[in-house]
Amino acid sequence: MALIRNKKRHGLIALSLILPFLAIFALVFAYPLYEVIRLSFTDAPLIGEGNWIGLENYIRLFSDRLFYISIKNNAYFVVLTVIPTTMIAMVIALAVNRLSGRWQALALVLFFTPYVLPVSVVTQIWAWMLDFQFGVLQPVFAFFTGKPVPVFKNPYWVLPSIAVVTIWWTNGFNVLLILAGLRNIPTDLYEAASLDGATRRQLFARITWPLLWPVTALVLTLQLILQLKLFDQVYLLSEGGPFNSSYVLLLMVYREAFQLNHGGYAAAISLILFLLIAVVSVLQYQLLRIGKGKDT
Amino acid sequence: MTTQRRIENIALTAITLIAGLIWIFPLYWAFVTSIRSETRVVADGAGLLPDEFNLSSYFDALFNTSLIHWYINSIGTSLIITVIVLITGMMCAYALSQMRFFGRKVLYGVVLASFMVPVQSLVVPQFVLMNDLGLINKWGGIILPQLVVPVVIIIYKQFFDAVPKELKEAVVLDGGSDYTLLFRVYLPLNWGITTALGIITFIMAWNSFLWPFLVITTEDMMTIPVGITQVNDAFGVAYARIMSVALLAAAPVVIAYLIFQKRVTEAVMISSGVKG
Repeated sequence: MALIRNKKRHGLIALSLILPFLAIFALVFAYPLYEVIRLSFTDAPLIGEGNWIGLENYIRLFSDRLFYISIKNNAYFVVLTVIPTTMIAMVIALAVNRLSGRWQALALVLFFTPYVLPVSVVTQIWAWMLDFQFGVLQPVFAFFTGKPVPVFKNPYWVLPSIAVVTIWWTNGFNVLLILAGLRNIPTDLYEAASLDGATRRQLFARITWPLLWPVTALVLTLQLILQLKLFDQVYLLSEGGPFNSSYVLLLMVYREAFQLNHGGYAAAISLILFLLIAVVSVLQYQLLRIGKGKDT
Repeated sequence: MTTQRRIENIALTAITLIAGLIWIFPLYWAFVTSIRSETRVVADGAGLLPDEFNLSSYFDALFNTSLIHWYINSIGTSLIITVIVLITGMMCAYALSQMRFFGRKVLYGVVLASFMVPVQSLVVPQFVLMNDLGLINKWGGIILPQLVVPVVIIIYKQFFDAVPKELKEAVVLDGGSDYTLLFRVYLPLNWGITTALGIITFIMAWNSFLWPFLVITTEDMMTIPVGITQVNDAFGVAYARIMSVALLAAAPVVIAYLIFQKRVTEAVMISSGVKG
């Protein structure tokens, strides 16, 4: 009897511990997840009920030119950011890792500070640096192309420029992850290998690179997911333009839902974005695991 | 050999620091711009070095915008989000880690799975929900959808799992309940991770843009990241003032980061699971 009461009490305590999270989770996560699926089959406006229209939103979406432009731009942006930022972060982390105490701390501050800035501060600063008339970086463009370039109003430059801004802003985070990975590698491995006469290139290829691979894979995966969710920088710097050359999926969700009042259609796009991210991240995770198996 | 090594190290240090200074140049340039007069900013031949010390655009930024309101909104909502996320997260993680109850595995599966869901794809129904609850343009509307941070639970659980069983048994023998265990044993043992997760959650809440941007439409209720986008409309092309606003907006987190930089570095490393 006492045992049963105890068990019941144990259950109640457990319930009281998980309930706060569970209640919030149900309200602002699980319910909206169900709603986004349901709404995607209706023609609902942003606020208010719509009618069940089956797969119509999806049929419309797959014949919407803007949808394909967005996907293409999302993919292009991923290419422009994910591997470049990982490589840059690795070079910086390898360099920082070899500095001693105080200099290391200083270097980290210099490379990491942009990461703690709000996105709109970052975009304001870069909009000024790249200002067509007065931007401090325009002489650089003038040097290479012969004339200043209105980068955020130029279909060729807009996504690469936003990629540069994004890498500048978020790279410090990747540097820290890779640095943590480097610190996890036992130093006696290097000592032993050096005693055997390994060159520095061999040390990197045989010890650093393979042992760092789990962290590299983590950075690549996190970056891929993050960059697919691109919205803030594009909205603030180019609003998807010019001529939709920086239009991306999340911007499409925003436009459809909050400016054109197409809640149902926006829900369908959201769901596609969600599925895209889920599929791509699982695929990449698997691929990277295979890559690891081969290398080590 | 050793002298060669030393020269190499000095060279590497110098190169890295120069690269770092170039990296931080945009912030330096924003500062130089902010202490110039508007006419000087766009004047021909204005060099890269600070040549004026004109604080008028800072006064403009402080007194002719709603910056003070945005500070209060950002600090208030970010603090509340951080506290609630930590408390609900640690409680849930403790139950998942140390207690046996019906549905435990399912719950943990749900937490892990929700880690994969991009919250950005939920903004439409979340907005409808906040509208139904009457929370548009309210702190509550900013806060509520940002309270689900599954990674906090995942990290806490890992750390709670690693606490030696003997500690628990001693408290249980003394008749301590699970609440005593959580708040007197597990939590104090893991202050480091609590600080780390607190810092990360706070930075994320402070910097979040999309959601506050959607749920707030009146200027006085905006958070810093959303509010400062308004000054372009208010000032027009006035880069000294725009940079002053941007730097004032960035100042609290940057200063906090500079003071606690070791902890922040550790926090990023721990919360990504790279450093145990």
